[in-house]
Amino acid sequence: MKEYRTINKIAGPLVFVEKTEPIAYQELVNVVLADGTIKRGQVLDTSDELVVVQIFETTTGIGKDSGVRFTGETIKMPVGKEMLGRILSGGGKPIDGGPEIVPEKRLDITGAAINPYARGMPADFIQTGISTIDGTNTLVRGQKLPIFSAAGLPHNNVALQIARQAKVPGSTENFAVVFAAMGITKEEANYFMADFERTGALERAVVFLNLADDPAVERIITPRLALTTAEYLAFELGMHVLVILTDMTNYCEALRQIGAAREEVPGRRGYPGYMYTDLASLYERAGMIKGLKGSVTQIPILTMPGDDITHPIPDLTGYITEGQIVVSRELHRKGIYPPINVLPSLSRLMNLGIGKGKTREDHKKVSDQMYAGYAEGNDLRGLVAIVGKDALSERDRLLLEFADLFENRFVRQGYDEDRTIEDTLNIGWDILSTLPVEQLTRIDRELINKYHPKIKAGAKKE
Amino acid sequence: MEVKGKQAQEQKQGVLKRIAGPVVTAVNLDAHMYDVVKVGKEQLMGEVIKIQGDNVIIQVYEDTTGIRPGEPVTNTGLSLSVELGPGLLTSIYDGIQRPLEVLVNKMGNFIQRGVTAPGLSHDKKWTFKPLVKAGDKVEPGAILGEVQETNIVHKIMLPPNAKAGVVKTIKSGDFTIDEIIYVLDDGREYPMIQRWPVRVPRPVREKKNPTIPLITGQRILDGLFPIAKGGTAAIPGPFGSGKTVTQQQLAKWSDAEIVVYIGCGERGNEMTEVLTEFPSLEDPKSGKPLMERTVLIANTSNMPVAAREASVYTGITIAEYFRDMGYDVSLMADSTSRWAEAMREISSRLEEMPGEEGYPAYLAARLSEFYERAGLVETLNGKSGSVSVIGAVSPPGGDFSEPVTQNTLRIVKVFWALDAKLSQRRHFPAINWLNSYSLYLDALHDYYDREVAPDWNKTRSWAMEVLQKEAELQEIVQLVGSDALPESEQVTIEVARMIREIFLQQNAYDAVDTFCDMKKQYDMMKAIKLFADYAYAAQLAGVSPAQILSVKSKNELPQIKFIKDYKPELAKIEKDMDAEFNTLRSAA
Ligand SMILES: Nc1ncnc2c1ncn2[C@@H]1O[C@H](COP(=O)(O)OP(=O)(O)OP(=O)(O)O)[C@@H](O)[C@H]1O
Ligand SMILES: [Mg+2]
Repeated sequence: MKEYRTINKIAGPLVFVEKTEPIAYQELVNVVLADGTIKRGQVLDTSDELVVVQIFETTTGIGKDSGVRFTGETIKMPVGKEMLGRILSGGGKPIDGGPEIVPEKRLDITGAAINPYARGMPADFIQTGISTIDGTNTLVRGQKLPIFSAAGLPHNNVALQIARQAKVPGSTENFAVVFAAMGITKEEANYFMADFERTGALERAVVFLNLADDPAVERIITPRLALTTAEYLAFELGMHVLVILTDMTNYCEALRQIGAAREEVPGRRGYPGYMYTDLASLYERAGMIKGLKGSVTQIPILTMPGDDITHPIPDLTGYITEGQIVVSRELHRKGIYPPINVLPSLSRLMNLGIGKGKTREDHKKVSDQMYAGYAEGNDLRGLVAIVGKDALSERDRLLLEFADLFENRFVRQGYDEDRTIEDTLNIGWDILSTLPVEQLTRIDRELINKYHPKIKAGAKKE
Repeated sequence: MEVKGKQAQEQKQGVLKRIAGPVVTAVNLDAHMYDVVKVGKEQLMGEVIKIQGDNVIIQVYEDTTGIRPGEPVTNTGLSLSVELGPGLLTSIYDGIQRPLEVLVNKMGNFIQRGVTAPGLSHDKKWTFKPLVKAGDKVEPGAILGEVQETNIVHKIMLPPNAKAGVVKTIKSGDFTIDEIIYVLDDGREYPMIQRWPVRVPRPVREKKNPTIPLITGQRILDGLFPIAKGGTAAIPGPFGSGKTVTQQQLAKWSDAEIVVYIGCGERGNEMTEVLTEFPSLEDPKSGKPLMERTVLIANTSNMPVAAREASVYTGITIAEYFRDMGYDVSLMADSTSRWAEAMREISSRLEEMPGEEGYPAYLAARLSEFYERAGLVETLNGKSGSVSVIGAVSPPGGDFSEPVTQNTLRIVKVFWALDAKLSQRRHFPAINWLNSYSLYLDALHDYYDREVAPDWNKTRSWAMEVLQKEAELQEIVQLVGSDALPESEQVTIEVARMIREIFLQQNAYDAVDTFCDMKKQYDMMKAIKLFADYAYAAQLAGVSPAQILSVKSKNELPQIKFIKDYKPELAKIEKDMDAEFNTLRSAA
């Protein structure tokens, strides 16, 4: 393979190479340092005169004397069944002391788009055992449902609880977890690993670790390696794969860093204008395919800078994913775990996974009614602060109490408490029954007669 | 074909010089703006978007990974066109009219590049029935015959850019779209298929002012902020506020004859949802599967951006084609922001001087050119047809002051403002009734008088006034609590709540409530008004607000939404209401 020594500029993670033979766009590049170290990169821009290479590691040590080898192929990920139980670096190299992975296949990490015509419609309810998810923001197989959190909040616990408890009731199919860490601390990573080991989940997991002190630019490929692995496990081995990507905020920072190095016109808050498209190329790699057994379900985690949901990272994510689970500082301060604020949370695929024959016929309407009650009760808290409780009408006073009940009975649960969907809906009815029945305008009479604890009981006595 | 930009011998080959993402540069290529070119050894489809000295800059509709400088580029000399003819309905295409179903068969579940497939099947035979005979004179756009495509009759027209003439021969029977079915006296032969360049609007005889509403079955739209057939509407909102659900509701229930649904840079699963759901849904008017009147364009967020840019043009050209047959077409574009972003991405790769927020300076012009292709028209063949355009807008951070929303609002006549506060409390459709507007109310006034009820317009104004009043009162309530309001205003607050919860809220997922015809809308609104009239009268007669609020029969009203044959139940509620108020008044 030809080695060029024509580097003429190095800026941030970018290396500019002159006078090459025709080099392919997105080709994998090895830069060889004086001491023999090899750094990997990828072609971002190619022409007769100049090739721009983005290096995935630090550019420390690269100089005009470094050699550049173009490999003639794009970045591939070796995949195989043996990957389960393994821990790999953010660049895909084993770091658990185990042997190299013997690949059954080498797959392009960019991943082609699933043809929308070939997609299968996600419809299998995943029970996470967490009421605020199962009851009001239901997760289904093949969905991409991120956790929007912020610094200092227990999003990792929530993610772990989901990973631990998630199951499709009545199904014993093959499942696996792919965990990709991007720029998280060693301590956080240990926390995840300890839990995986404690519960035996590690055996069924593939872990990619790019930690805080690993090269930032490597974060661009970590999720792609993880998703390529997930697709392989799902669509070639027929497994149901849950992918946890954390922390997407670090991924986006790396994207911004590269954009800046390329002197691109920045978009909002300095993030590249193509960040939507770039994030979509990750998040859209979730789903099911008609006629195939497996599925890829994604739970990306991101920390909202300044707790701001309109920040470009959560904003663009929300525009692509199928809902979001929002972790709230306010509930966390009140000592409520899991501190999930259902109001800004949403699962768009919920309706496909719930109802008669899937969860229960009253599911949707109970959920809607709780939302309406909690939203109104929550608003009233502001009013009470000004006018006092006494100025409230009876209706409003009950709603105010409902909001408290909702937080304390429905939202609050233990870190190891695994509620069935029945439990969740019954708690819902219990707290709804504190409101006058005519206020339950979102639920049809029939369901009220069947499930309302007071009416149902009354009907029995007659 | 007819629409060739230039002659075939002018085709030239050039050489690739630079590749950087979806934009590539070629040299030594004879090209004109918007020529379609084939890029590289794999012959990826692209379009010329800039010519600068020797450099021809091309946007490529497929992924350019692996392409090298030095590879060939061929100019086809054609402009980006769509194939128009029988076979469009029920199809799902990508942004450049590649049929996704055919692509699955050709290359599997994932979209690979370098595979082409024509927009229409060239093998399938259709039964053509002529409607003119030899000797008849035909003008451009004239209808020569028809094909029963689905339950929709597909009119076969003389292409708008063809010359008028006299029919020499015309056949009848089963033909593919390429077989010659008629010949004019100038010797020109025509098959059923025609091609049209997507960036050029199809001509019409005259644009007219819309006077008929597009009935959507959505109470807040039909009732408060209607769009006319041939009108334009924008539906901006933050993520998760209900743009897609609203657009899908319109695609399902609006009384258009043809629906073109463009998923532009959005989710794959949403297109799958349409594909799985529509075939089993029935058009409330014809009783036929909704899919039979639908054409889908799906260029999802992870498909190439250049094809995303093209997708809205592909969609609107297909819409215009059906309009030319005399149909009322409605087109949904979800989301126009992703289209604008595709323009921005291409523009920034061209290193053009950016305008506001990095969007190209021509953003406003492109948006208005697009929406101008909507309209109620007299077609070249003298029929009346329309294209209604409903565009979703996805403003960053939900902030409507950004360029795409603002430039869109300057053009469209209807504004359905989605509101995160409403969607968070699951008030759906989360359309804010104070900020939204429709500029068609005057134009549609007579229609409502005539077709719905003579007092429809009045009742609508009444409801709007109550909602407006409530907003003012809420400000006071926030300061002093509702008990401090005067009695009549406490009644107003209750009536407004009923309008919101009973009339405005509509559950897209409830089998009955998902669609509500105009008669039911009117009956529901009148029932609320009836309560209001009783309540104000009772209040004047000395009945206390607490007593008025405790009237039981009004609590039954929300149930009306979920009942298909609601009339008996509604009559009963109205009777009970009358009785209850009678009792209250006589006690006072
Ligand atoms: N009319 C409605 N009835 C019931 N639910 C609705 C309605 N409109 C919206 N929703 C709920 O809101 C959710 C989000 O709506 P939708 O997907 O249309 O949002 P969007 O504005 O298109 O968001 P994005 O910009 O991210 O695509 C839906 O999944 C559904 O749960
Ligand atoms: Mg949407």
